[in-house]
Amino acid sequence: MSELFEDGNALAGPVGEIFAVDITGATTRCVSCGRADAVAALRVYRHAPGLVARCPGCDAVVLKLVRGRDAAWLDLTGTSSLRIPLPEG
Amino acid sequence: MVQGRLAWRVGRLAEVRDETPTARTLVLDVPGWPGHLAGQHVDLRLTAEDGYRTTRTYSLAAPAAGDRVAITVQRVPGGEVSPYLTEVFAVGDPVELRGPVGGWFVWRPTSPDPVLLIAGGAGIVPLMAMIRARRAAGSRAPVKLLYSVRTPADVYYAGELRRPEPGLDVTVVYTRKAPADWPGEPHRIGIADVNTAGWPAEFAPQCFVCGPTGFVETIADVLVALGHDPRRVKTERFGPSGS
Amino acid sequence: MGIVTPGFRGRARTADEKLPPGQYLVEDFPVLSAGPTPRVRTENWRFTVTTETGRTHEWSWADLLALPSETPTVDIHCVTRWSKLGTSWRGMSLDTLLADVDTAADYVLAECHGGYTTNLPLEDLLDGQAWIAYEFEGEELAPEHGGPARLLVPHLYFWKSAKWIEGLRLTLDEDLGFWEAAGYHTYGDPWREQRYQGD
Repeated sequence: MSELFEDGNALAGPVGEIFAVDITGATTRCVSCGRADAVAALRVYRHAPGLVARCPGCDAVVLKLVRGRDAAWLDLTGTSSLRIPLPEG
Repeated sequence: MVQGRLAWRVGRLAEVRDETPTARTLVLDVPGWPGHLAGQHVDLRLTAEDGYRTTRTYSLAAPAAGDRVAITVQRVPGGEVSPYLTEVFAVGDPVELRGPVGGWFVWRPTSPDPVLLIAGGAGIVPLMAMIRARRAAGSRAPVKLLYSVRTPADVYYAGELRRPEPGLDVTVVYTRKAPADWPGEPHRIGIADVNTAGWPAEFAPQCFVCGPTGFVETIADVLVALGHDPRRVKTERFGPSGS
Repeated sequence: MGIVTPGFRGRARTADEKLPPGQYLVEDFPVLSAGPTPRVRTENWRFTVTTETGRTHEWSWADLLALPSETPTVDIHCVTRWSKLGTSWRGMSLDTLLADVDTAADYVLAECHGGYTTNLPLEDLLDGQAWIAYEFEGEELAPEHGGPARLLVPHLYFWKSAKWIEGLRLTLDEDLGFWEAAGYHTYGDPWREQRYQGD
């Protein structure tokens, strides 16, 4: 059976509803194993009550996103930092 | 890339083109569309009379032409959304969409680097957007496309891909049934195909791979085995969308 | 509210008095997954109940099968809005498993292979309301549906019926589980439509 995940690209729309920067090009660092990856390279499980993005190295949960009726919950406990590329400022 | 927060817009179906017996390109007219990069997506939201609602993500198939954007939808038998979009959704009908989204699996026409595009089935869509963006921008970046399909009837954009285009090499590999004049037997893309049809790793091409999850895993492993820098291999997997 | 998409129906939905508000009926059994599907072998299977004092009670697969089983037929309601009516299961009642567990705890955190957790009041697992289920419709429970064994608590939204159950941690205070910590309702009663925090 194929595993039911997609790339972190799948986060672009749902997270884009919250933040004005595109985070799929940001770099996360997994709290569990320390691996750094583009958010776009995370493994996203979306056939679930929310979106769950896991580390491609160790499968630990890096972020969760739940969209309620009038609020969203973004759980970032699995990433120790997010490096977000920005124009020079 | 700073994009501003996403909101739902209303687009209307302006034009349809059947690509294969089971895939249809939908051209939507979206007033105020902000433009997009090749490789980006849109989310479509469909709402039934009783309020039931569902969302799907589609790759954009071409650069924006003013307020017009194009997606190509593969009909999945028994699916919830794709049979509607390919059979029922009619010119003039509205649909909600938001985007463009995704800033990672994108190609910019300003990049002069060689490009290797590898598509499995419907994974051709965002890669076709890159080929079309290159043409529209007059880019001279050399591009090789390796495209895996089941049979000749499954090739999207067949006429356009057959037309010779300077700096673009197209190789199609058939997995089930090949045309009579095709050398060799139908097979899945392997290391020999990528080695022959792609760029040597020393050329440091930007590689974009799009297709079903298993296909993308295999090709990404092949590219790394051939010496390509994993940081220059960008992938996009289709999930089991059941759409 | 968005606009209606002309002619779009989505999957067939029918009204039914057995459906909680906002739910629609399905005939298939959708697979939801928040991570890779673990392949848990029954030889290695353990179910552990840990009390608030740290005391543990453990069952092997053989220990579980040696207990009397029940065959509940229940309706299940997923928070993603599908419901499936009249599903039949085989499993052991939590009343049986917890009969000899001495505890003053009010809450339970169900813990699973792969790290998934969900929280429930202990009283919701008792009095014939919950099972450790290992068969579905007469067949052994498939891995994608939580096999070899899952929690079955059909009166709450189905995320509480944790797949690949590994143990129950009994606590005096309520810990939040995987989805409850990310915005979902602490209790999750489908008839009161308790989907998100604040519902």
